Amino acid sequence: MAEQILDRIKKIVVDRLGVEESEVKPEATFKDDLGADSLDVVELVMELEDEFDLEISDEEAEKIATVADVVDYINAQQ
Amino acid sequence: MLTGKHALVTGGSRGIGRAIALELAASGANVAVNYSGNQEKAEEVVKACMEYGVHSFSVQADVANEKDVKAMVKQVTTEFGALDILVNNAGITKDNLLMRLKEEDWDAVMDTNLKGVFQCSKAAVRPMMKQQEATIINISSVVGVLGNAGQANYVAAKAGVIGLTKTLAREFSSRNIRVNAVAPGFIQTEMTDELGEETKEKLLAEIPLNELGQAEDVARVVRFLASEDSRYMTGQTLHVDGGMVMP
Ligand SMILES: NC(=O)c1ccc[n+]([C@@H]2O[C@H](COP(=O)([O-])OP(=O)(O)OC[C@H]3O[C@@H](n4cnc5c(N)ncnc54)[C@H](OP(=O)(O)O)[C@@H]3O)[C@@H](O)[C@H]2O)c1
Repeated sequence: MAEQILDRIKKIVVDRLGVEESEVKPEATFKDDLGADSLDVVELVMELEDEFDLEISDEEAEKIATVADVVDYINAQQ
Repeated sequence: MLTGKHALVTGGSRGIGRAIALELAASGANVAVNYSGNQEKAEEVVKACMEYGVHSFSVQADVANEKDVKAMVKQVTTEFGALDILVNNAGITKDNLLMRLKEEDWDAVMDTNLKGVFQCSKAAVRPMMKQQEATIINISSVVGVLGNAGQANYVAAKAGVIGLTKTLAREFSSRNIRVNAVAPGFIQTEMTDELGEETKEKLLAEIPLNELGQAEDVARVVRFLASEDSRYMTGQTLHVDGGMVMP
């Protein structure tokens, strides 16, 4: 299950940010490591909401910095 | 020219919005016609759009209401599969001299004319960002630039729309979403039909081209901003006012 979630997240990140899948490591930060700007992050959050059919509040979204943050958040919601 | 594009026109049931809906449909775009209370008029516009062989439907929503607007955009993307063109046209007036202007009239005009543009743009940008190409056209007004005694609320909202347009243009330029405004001058509508001869004379004296504009004059400029012909323009306000404003 967790694996599946990670794969789905990876796919979205690769798609959105145009990075290599190998770069999407748990500890990678979106802004510094993956080169996302603020708008990219907003967009990413929107895609995650659609993909996992949930609503991420602005407060929660602000806490998301790394790939692991996303995985943890989604896991906690499922 | 807009074949295969999907448009949403707020306040499309009457006046300038109606002309815009028809112009976009005539250019081949599918058009969703938003209205607030006037379903019958909106359905008439839908019918007229379909005569051009495009898809069209009406959708009720108060543009200032977040829930309404989200549901409206959802309905549009579900029916059309995409949203390429948003025209923020819905607008109202509640005129009075500042000293007599009631708070509720200030709020009502701000809500529909300025907050409405915020709500609709915010909701629309979501599908638009995914598409990597779209345009938003906001309807401002000549008085938003010149000011007008007796319209403090309306003028403030319409000037606000110009600032909002520039900011959205900057925020979404990287996603190839172009955002422009059109500032109509005095356009012949039911509203201006009711003006007395003397008021009309005075008005005309202010207009270099010496006639009132037609809703279609505005609609054609909107169509230009919606099309590829304006691909290198964003954050602009085009004045369709017979020369009243020469920026
Ligand atoms: N007429 C002019 O000379 C002139 C000049 C400069 C700028 N403008 C601007 O051009 C735009 C159109 O003006 P117009 O003269 O064509 O106005 P209009 O004939 O009075 O039509 C207004 C339209 O807006 C809709 N509407 C009003 N409040 C709404 C709300 N809360 N939510 C959704 N829709 C709403 C109305 O729907 P219903 O039919 O359901 O009520 C109608 O379709 C406005 O933004 C206006 O400020 C007009």
